[in-house]
Amino acid sequence: MRQSGSVLAAKLALAFAAIVVGGAFLGLGIDAVRDPEGAVEAFDVYLLRAAGFTLWQAALSALLSVAPAILVARALNRHPGFAGRRLLIRLFAIPLSLPAIVAALGVIGLLGRAGYLAPVLSSLTGERWPGIYGLSGILIAHAFFNLPLATRLFLQSLETVPQDQWRLASQLGMGPAASFRLIEWPAMRAALPGIAGLVFMLCVTSFTIVLTLGGGPSATTLEVAIYQALRFDFDPARAVTLTIVQLLLTAAMVWLLSRLGAELTGEAALSVSSRRYQSIGPAEKVFNMVILVLAALFVAGPLLAILVSGLQADLAKLAARASVQRAAMTSVVLASLAALLAVGLAWALAAGRQKLASARRSHAAGLLERAMDNGAVFILVIPPLVIGSGWFLLLRHTADVFALAPVMVVAVNALMALPFALRAIRPAFDAAAVQNDRLCVQLGIEGWTRLRLIDWPVLRRAIFTAGLFAMALSLGDLGVIALFGSDTVQTLPYLLLSSMGSYRTADAAGIALLLGMLCFALTLLSDMFGREARQ
Amino acid sequence: MRVKPFLLLTAAMTASCLAPAHAAGELTIYTYESFTAEWGPGPQVEKAFEAECACDLKFVAVADGVALLNRVKLEGEQTKADIVLGLDTNLTADARATGLFAPHGPIGELTVPGGWKDDIFVPYDYSYFAVVYDTETLKNPPKSLADLVDGDPSEKIVIQDPRTSTPGLGLLLWVKQVYGDKAPEAWKKLKQRVLTVTPGWSESYGLFTKGEAPMVLSYTTSPAYHMIEDKTEKYQAAEFAEGHYMQIEVAGVTTVGSKNPLSEEFMAFMTSPAFQDIIPQTNWMLPAGPTGKPLNPAFDKLVHPAKSLLMAPEEVKKFRKQWVDEWLSAMSQ
Repeated sequence: MRQSGSVLAAKLALAFAAIVVGGAFLGLGIDAVRDPEGAVEAFDVYLLRAAGFTLWQAALSALLSVAPAILVARALNRHPGFAGRRLLIRLFAIPLSLPAIVAALGVIGLLGRAGYLAPVLSSLTGERWPGIYGLSGILIAHAFFNLPLATRLFLQSLETVPQDQWRLASQLGMGPAASFRLIEWPAMRAALPGIAGLVFMLCVTSFTIVLTLGGGPSATTLEVAIYQALRFDFDPARAVTLTIVQLLLTAAMVWLLSRLGAELTGEAALSVSSRRYQSIGPAEKVFNMVILVLAALFVAGPLLAILVSGLQADLAKLAARASVQRAAMTSVVLASLAALLAVGLAWALAAGRQKLASARRSHAAGLLERAMDNGAVFILVIPPLVIGSGWFLLLRHTADVFALAPVMVVAVNALMALPFALRAIRPAFDAAAVQNDRLCVQLGIEGWTRLRLIDWPVLRRAIFTAGLFAMALSLGDLGVIALFGSDTVQTLPYLLLSSMGSYRTADAAGIALLLGMLCFALTLLSDMFGREARQ
Repeated sequence: MRVKPFLLLTAAMTASCLAPAHAAGELTIYTYESFTAEWGPGPQVEKAFEAECACDLKFVAVADGVALLNRVKLEGEQTKADIVLGLDTNLTADARATGLFAPHGPIGELTVPGGWKDDIFVPYDYSYFAVVYDTETLKNPPKSLADLVDGDPSEKIVIQDPRTSTPGLGLLLWVKQVYGDKAPEAWKKLKQRVLTVTPGWSESYGLFTKGEAPMVLSYTTSPAYHMIEDKTEKYQAAEFAEGHYMQIEVAGVTTVGSKNPLSEEFMAFMTSPAFQDIIPQTNWMLPAGPTGKPLNPAFDKLVHPAKSLLMAPEEVKKFRKQWVDEWLSAMSQ
């Protein structure tokens, strides 16, 4: 009974995602059928160039974010006790919550033509520092966003390695190379395709960063073309076609990535000790510290630039403004609801997938199981504007679209956050299931009792991390609101852009800082509630 | 179990949809969000008009002028908008083609340079596109579009993308009107000076005020904001010999709204001093009708172009795509 229950819940979660996406396509599709010309015309040289550039920059960005993240996560995992470690990990949650333009300005504040580092770079190169406009700027900004995210996700997967393995490694006298090969890499490799795919998709759909830092229209992604099709040329047929092209190309890349991964074989032994046994040689210590310092500088640099320009605003006055307080409330409420929904959906999917996986034993994973694992991720490459416009077209005759705006925002944000939540929850869930499932069946522990006594204590950390990711992501998002009439849902990013759009750059910088601080406060809360019971 | 919060939420939201039906004496205006921002003209306009009409004026805001037109297109005959306020002359041909707008009634006198003739759309403010520069870092600002195109490539400008932004489209039309068939060559030269092309005005202006580039494409009225609000004359617009391309912002009554007597009343109000007095220092544009009091002296210090350029809306509608493609291939090389 329980088995079919969790599979059913996972099916419902998938259905929810399918409805949100399908509804949007249906809405645009009905309109597109009336005027299908754009669908055929979409296939031109422009599309080819945009598609090529999209994949190229996204693949490079993913590589530059994920490869260093493996080293950073490993270093963090090897040194569980150094001063500033927790601060660093908390800082790593902030970029996700920043609207793209804030991050772009942060990176430019550091590395731009007038950035803090420009004088140094000018004297190093012997000529005026030209800034980072072009592909390099796009890659740096994407890495600023995604390296910390990937690091946290890898760290999450490393933390599922049972302490006994470390003890064994220590007893066997394994050096860093051996323990990387035998313990750390297998854990991270299992997570690699998922994390790389996630980062790849975030970069595929990047829009503001690509245009702002790209230096010119030769840096045009499919997302820009979709946006263009839905704006000046209001052409749903073309927009749908481009979205499907984007979806198919990404699916192909993610499939390729999935060949890199390996299924994690469960470790059935229970942890008997929470103490860490390992000895780290001086050479490795230096290497790890260098990695960590570089990563900290890379992420903290732009954050510092955001802090400095934010402090130039009158923060006290800003925070006292009724509109800012209202927007902050709206942001927090919407982000909390989205996070709740995202975590619920992620839990359902993780549980359903695990049930299917354990039931099939040795033969290959079925389509349903794989959909539960990775299917929801594809929502990331469907532009919010497409979802918004599609639902708008579908609902305009039947419902008050303005009133539905908050529902749309929560639903879409939750789905956008779902892949992140799933990445955070799944490793812990699978590990817990492998350890506890049989015992619980033997002892007849199930339902609420099992949740409270067995699952919650080991999963709460992962759940709060997942919730944090989801909240951070929703805090920074303003995608679907634009078309829906924005007065009903004025969030902080919305107010930020609106200030920026009316010469109020100092206010905008102040709001960006408030947003960053809000996210930082959330990471504190998430850490506090998510602390593992046994510590 | 897991879907429950969402169901509850949906229920709550559905309940809120069933809001009371429209009260008598209500006027709904669709506009862009910077109009209704707390510092924008919206709040003051609402107060002033409600004092005159004893009615309820409701603003509904979307992102910008283009989103506004799309929104009305999407809603079609079922639109709740009585009036759509915030289109510009590059969009009026498309808006007219929808057949969703009705001719306007009597309006006040208009002061838009070059005169105004349109049976549907009525202007409420205007400005000119201009290169705004930082006087502290740029000592020799360009004096013409030709200067800008041929000038020192190391002195950069930030512009906007005509595929996504109204000022971006404005510059495209400006260059086209001045250079005609030679526009692609001009763009190829100008490309050397372009630091980057941003999706919207906000991003480029943000880069400009951060000091990334000494020039940005903006409006002749932009320096007024800095002079009045920031008390600085640091940022100025460069006057160009070829003339400046105009942006005229207009409003139109929808066919739905033409049945609401308040629509006509508002259009007359919009061109009256009560409305026009609000515009300069909230929307940072020039009034399209007579004001009741003189503008802040800062506005006298602005560039007032000797020649204003503007293409016919139909021409823009017909050639926009072709010209954007031309721009793309010139800028992508």
